[in-house]
Amino acid sequence: MPETATLPTRRDEAWRYADVDALARIGAEALDQWTEMAVPAGETHRESFIVGGDAPELRRIRLVLSAGARAELFVTNIGADYTRLEVEVTLGKGAHFEFGGITIGGGDAVREFVTTTIHAEPEATSNQTVRSVHWGTGTGNFLGEIKVARRAQKTGAAQDFKGLLLEAGASANAVPQLEIFADDVKCAHGATVGQLDESARYYMAARGLSPEETRRLLVQAFLGDALVELGDDAERERLLEAALEKLEERK
Amino acid sequence: MLNIENLHANVGDTPILKGLTLEVPAGEVHAIMGPNGAGKSTLAHVLGGKPGYEVTQGSVEFRGGDLFDLDPHERAGAGLFLGFQYPVEIPGVSNVQFLREALNSQRKYRGEEPLSGGEFLKLAKEKAGLLKMDMEMLKRQVNVGFSGGEKKRAEMVQMGILDPKFAVLDETDSGLDIDALRIVGEGINSIMRSPDKGVLLITHYQRLLDVVKPDRVSILADGRIVQTGGPELALRLEGEGYDAVMADA
Ligand SMILES: Nc1ncnc2c1ncn2[C@@H]1O[C@H](COP(=O)(O)OP(=O)(O)OP(=O)(O)O)[C@@H](O)[C@H]1O
Ligand SMILES: [Mg+2]
Repeated sequence: MPETATLPTRRDEAWRYADVDALARIGAEALDQWTEMAVPAGETHRESFIVGGDAPELRRIRLVLSAGARAELFVTNIGADYTRLEVEVTLGKGAHFEFGGITIGGGDAVREFVTTTIHAEPEATSNQTVRSVHWGTGTGNFLGEIKVARRAQKTGAAQDFKGLLLEAGASANAVPQLEIFADDVKCAHGATVGQLDESARYYMAARGLSPEETRRLLVQAFLGDALVELGDDAERERLLEAALEKLEERK
Repeated sequence: MLNIENLHANVGDTPILKGLTLEVPAGEVHAIMGPNGAGKSTLAHVLGGKPGYEVTQGSVEFRGGDLFDLDPHERAGAGLFLGFQYPVEIPGVSNVQFLREALNSQRKYRGEEPLSGGEFLKLAKEKAGLLKMDMEMLKRQVNVGFSGGEKKRAEMVQMGILDPKFAVLDETDSGLDIDALRIVGEGINSIMRSPDKGVLLITHYQRLLDVVKPDRVSILADGRIVQTGGPELALRLEGEGYDAVMADA
């Protein structure tokens, strides 16, 4: 039997945008469940998947990368209810973590990626790109915590978030959190939230594309950034297609 | 083919077009010249249906129908092409993808079969060749990183591929070097010179008109057409300027 955990509240930084009611429906037991994986020195772990359905979902992945190991994770989050993916990564010397995430959807659901990237040893790098497209009163979040240990010199860590809101009621949030104890560290962080480019829409209409076709093309271009590092063409196509199918649901 | 009658239009709350009347029959190239701020681009955007451009009075008949009954993308499907004074960049979308989808959605609007990937590429190659544009450019993102002149040339490649019935070309010559100007001018002739097509050619310079010889030339000033004549009117403007020519009228 798992021990009974207490449910977090939105006062807790990592849960500040969470749908805690949905979390209660999932049940506290889920908080104890982690998928754990160790990536041996010099090896590469690649994973790409689609999360989210009609019921709330919490998925947690813990990765430990040995020296020179590499982990690549690409995820499309299409939850119609609260869908949260947490990833905790500990990087050995010279290891690399690549994360590409998409959240997309309307309704009133919250979809979020919560990553904790621990640069424990020198010369490791991490690169995280999240794109969120929402409408209705839908929400997409990216909470990315980066911890750099004192000995982890020459760390390179980048996070890039862009939100695209198709309607006024939707929202997108990026919460970067840095905890850096080494001094030779390169951290890059960018976050913007905007709407579809009005002049591009007009230009595309002037060439004969309907508003729906225009939106699909622009959203596809927008999401592409999250998947550029995904080398497997078929997988990239599958993750993108799942997102665009979600877009079709929008009326 | 295009029949503009007493057109009044606001941009935001400001009246810009103030009773503009102009008729371009099929088979004609009609040049529009006029001082900066006269309303030439506004006319182009009103015809294109740009959001924020409000028609307050008048009518535009296009190919026998009311242009304003159509949404912007339907106007394109009906055969209207707008060459932009400032072509727009679309990051993440390649010219090939953009133009293929645009062409096929126009064809769908007209009840025609879509072109396959192969058929489209063949067409794109031919039109790029006509404008002496490298196919590699068409694989790049729409207008992203293109120089001013390259954007204008790309507009004409787009026009060649989409093969419209009527083109409104807003300062397509601006930003082009001398050789490019000739190539673009000849491109316009080869794509649009036809008994069933028409062109509204907005320009400041005679140089383009030396290549694309207009049938009629009009001066647009303060939101109206104030004078119309033959090709000699453009030559007079080049020599004497707007004030002198308009004072004479
Ligand atoms: N959004 C706007 N709000 C108010 N006025 C505007 C707006 N856009 C354009 N105008 C004004 O409308 C007038 C006509 O502009 P337009 O761009 O049609 O001129 P033009 O004849 O194309 O000039 P140019 O030769 O410089 O290209 C100008 O005075 C311009 O400042
Ligand atoms: Mg203009």
